[in-house]
Amino acid sequence: MELKSNIPEGDIATKWENYRGKMELVAPNNKRRLEIIVVGTGLAGASAAATFGELGYKVKCFTFHDSPRRAHSIAAQGGINAAKNYQNDGDSVYRLFYDTVKGGDYRSREANVHRLAEVSRNIIDQCVAQGVPFAREYGGLLANRSFGGVQVSRTFYARGQTGQQLLLGAYQALSRQISLGNVEMYNRHEMLDLVKVDGKARGIIARNMLTGKSERFAAHCVVLATGGYGNVFYLSTNAMGSNVTAAWRAVKKGALMANPCYTQIHPTCIPVSGEYQSKLTLMSESLRNDGRVWVPNKVEDAKAIQAGTKTALDIPEADRDYYLERRYPAFGNLVPRDVASRAAKVACDEGKGVSKTGLAVYLDFAAAIQRYGKSSAISKGINNPNADKIIELGEAVVKEKYGNLFQMYEKITAENPYKTPMKIFPAVHYTMGGVWVDYHLETNVPGLFCLGEANFSDHGANRLGASALMQGLADGYFVIPYTVGPFLSKEIRTPQISADSPEFLAAEKETNEKLERLIKIQGNQSVESFHRRLGKIMWDYCGMARNAEGLKKGRQMIRDLRAEFYNDVFVPGEVNEFNPELEKASRVADFLELGEVMMLDALDRNESCGGHFREEYASEGGEAKRNDEDYAYVAAWEWDEIEPKVHKEHLEFKDIELKTRSYK
Amino acid sequence: MKIHLKVWRQRNGESKGYLEDHQVQADEHMSFLEMMDVLNENLVSKKETPVAFEHDCREGICGSCNMVINGQPHGPDSGTTTCQLHMRSFKDGDTIVVEPWRAVAFPVIKDLVVDRSSFDRIIQAGGYVSVNTGQAQDGNAIPIEKERASFAMNAAECIGCGACVAACPNASAMLFTAAKVAHLGTMPQGEVEQSTRVQSMVKQMDLEGFGMCSNTGACEAECPKEISITNIALMNRQYAGSVLGSEKSV
Repeated sequence: MELKSNIPEGDIATKWENYRGKMELVAPNNKRRLEIIVVGTGLAGASAAATFGELGYKVKCFTFHDSPRRAHSIAAQGGINAAKNYQNDGDSVYRLFYDTVKGGDYRSREANVHRLAEVSRNIIDQCVAQGVPFAREYGGLLANRSFGGVQVSRTFYARGQTGQQLLLGAYQALSRQISLGNVEMYNRHEMLDLVKVDGKARGIIARNMLTGKSERFAAHCVVLATGGYGNVFYLSTNAMGSNVTAAWRAVKKGALMANPCYTQIHPTCIPVSGEYQSKLTLMSESLRNDGRVWVPNKVEDAKAIQAGTKTALDIPEADRDYYLERRYPAFGNLVPRDVASRAAKVACDEGKGVSKTGLAVYLDFAAAIQRYGKSSAISKGINNPNADKIIELGEAVVKEKYGNLFQMYEKITAENPYKTPMKIFPAVHYTMGGVWVDYHLETNVPGLFCLGEANFSDHGANRLGASALMQGLADGYFVIPYTVGPFLSKEIRTPQISADSPEFLAAEKETNEKLERLIKIQGNQSVESFHRRLGKIMWDYCGMARNAEGLKKGRQMIRDLRAEFYNDVFVPGEVNEFNPELEKASRVADFLELGEVMMLDALDRNESCGGHFREEYASEGGEAKRNDEDYAYVAAWEWDEIEPKVHKEHLEFKDIELKTRSYK
Repeated sequence: MKIHLKVWRQRNGESKGYLEDHQVQADEHMSFLEMMDVLNENLVSKKETPVAFEHDCREGICGSCNMVINGQPHGPDSGTTTCQLHMRSFKDGDTIVVEPWRAVAFPVIKDLVVDRSSFDRIIQAGGYVSVNTGQAQDGNAIPIEKERASFAMNAAECIGCGACVAACPNASAMLFTAAKVAHLGTMPQGEVEQSTRVQSMVKQMDLEGFGMCSNTGACEAECPKEISITNIALMNRQYAGSVLGSEKSV
């Protein structure tokens, strides 16, 4: 299969503008007749559904949550990037484009990333107009902060709840379209299959989670915005309900899963505390603006801390290793996530970890509290403040910046991060891989589009902080409303699609049979126990560091686990009722297939890049060693129970020179 | 630690509910929901039906979790959602009663799961700024006082969990509605429509069957995001101004 990226001709800086000027449009009278299904109501889904509604299309929108406002975008903390250059610090569209391609370790598609950087500016304007309460300076203008992997301040934020505020903005825009009758909203409906008619995506089968019944929905095209698959690892910063099912079912109907092995392990999460743990909590990357990462220089100090006989405060300054500042002086604590995570792993592997388990490093705010305390004293006109006063003033500044994060940390760990450094450790956070799409965000199945974290297109092998929110809203507000045009403009003569055709009935029947099968196994092990075991395999063999031997072993273990699952899982209750255990079982079944493809993809990619770190391919300094000659491509996988097959899209770098990524 | 649980079980909206007794072996570092996970794993291992409860992000922001714990929405700790509550807030041997939100406008679906779609309909009635994608001017074109943006943000932090309703003796949704009215009305972008917004949202709130506000202040006390009842005062003022002072009525 040839993968056509459909990138428009011309100069990178004017491609998108030219495309918009020449693309096929759908006239308003035809928009009224054309139906679009949007699955998912996170930033990408809600913004797309709202915008389609505003444009006059007939929209049906689906979420498995009880309300569109609960999508997991709500949990994003730190911020959203935009090339506004409000800080006059040298930012530009090109620089955001460059930073993103470099941050992604040269494994993303240039044209898509440039478009993302261009529309980033419109997103901020749009969100401000919706009433999103972004942080502001005293003069009333928008405030910015820095995130990893860049040397400018281009991140806009709303305290530590940027995702929440942006999602509520999109949710409110969506609510307005619902109230105007332009969008029909289906809450508590989970997409379980994609329906194709004559090769085109024409609808979905969704299970009404209240009644348990499968229902058929038809439209002229289908847009997936169903998020990432980080929960394949069981423990991640994703919400409990986040899953790959909608995307995976589309893959089983012919879409391709691109670069599934690119997973982002976020460096600053609260470490695992026990076997019972159900999820991990992120501490925003924004904390690295002011927090300094360190471990003890001496292994014996680390041992004492692990044993509980010493604390961070007992380690004198000279015996601390601020390893990010030491190894990467140009970017310091603000190196990209993949680099920071690997460095933490190296420190812990050397025995310098600082929790009971030895799997944690410090994130220390003492220096920031001192710095802010002194400047605050000056601005308040306090001469010669004593040490306590400086700390008091400094803590107040830190509280204003990160108060909710510090409070969240304290609630979970029962430790006060103002007084002792936070303990953090990397955890699965985001998946750069996803459904393969072309420049139009259209998959290889005509009429099936994919947005946001669910697609693969913009972040390459590593995503920079505050770029997920940017991509979600770019795709939903400013890309898909245009790029759906070329497909739909050819559908203006297509009458309303019937949901009673044989294709729909067959898909509905198949869906019901799958659910029945899960209930009928009546084995002895819980769904949860299988999910935990899968997560352990993924983390051990396809986590922060991978090697060929482990990946082969991991793949076989997953295949065995999958066989065991279909023999021995126990799902209580019935199909046709409200049944959360059945929902979980159906999602874990899909993770058990996806996991295998992730292992295969990681095995196939004989290089290290971004979040994909193969131990066999490292430079002497322990950095990722790419192989551009053989692996500058997108690996798009076609599912097959026996042997999944890979298709390749070669990546061309015309505007950015391919070189070794350095943050030193 | 050993916990004695009394959990609300109810097969569906039509059937009668009851409190069911369970023993759970918990760890003090567990979150409350992880303790509930242990209970459910026990039930599944005995091939019984697990307790249905809503949860998703487990970090206090999605607003899904909703348990009345020993009579208090989201349990004993202030400024905390159920998922952020940890077992260290309880003692070994404690008996804990777990119930769903109780309000006419939040009918029970199963066990601890209730239907909160009434909140969505209140937002649909006017909890937005009428601006289409692409119509916006530059983000810095309208300066907003830092204090004002901060006041709006305080109100905008509402997670839509419904604890305010569950805490209120009248099951009133005033705090939820007022938080949105205050957030949008405080920002210049939202001011334009404020007069109709406040009327439409209050009207929808009444239609959904939420009760009246009698200023008990329980909503503010139980709100996991500590949203202030000042917002209710602001909404009342604007509502009166809008109904009496403007010619437009909704």
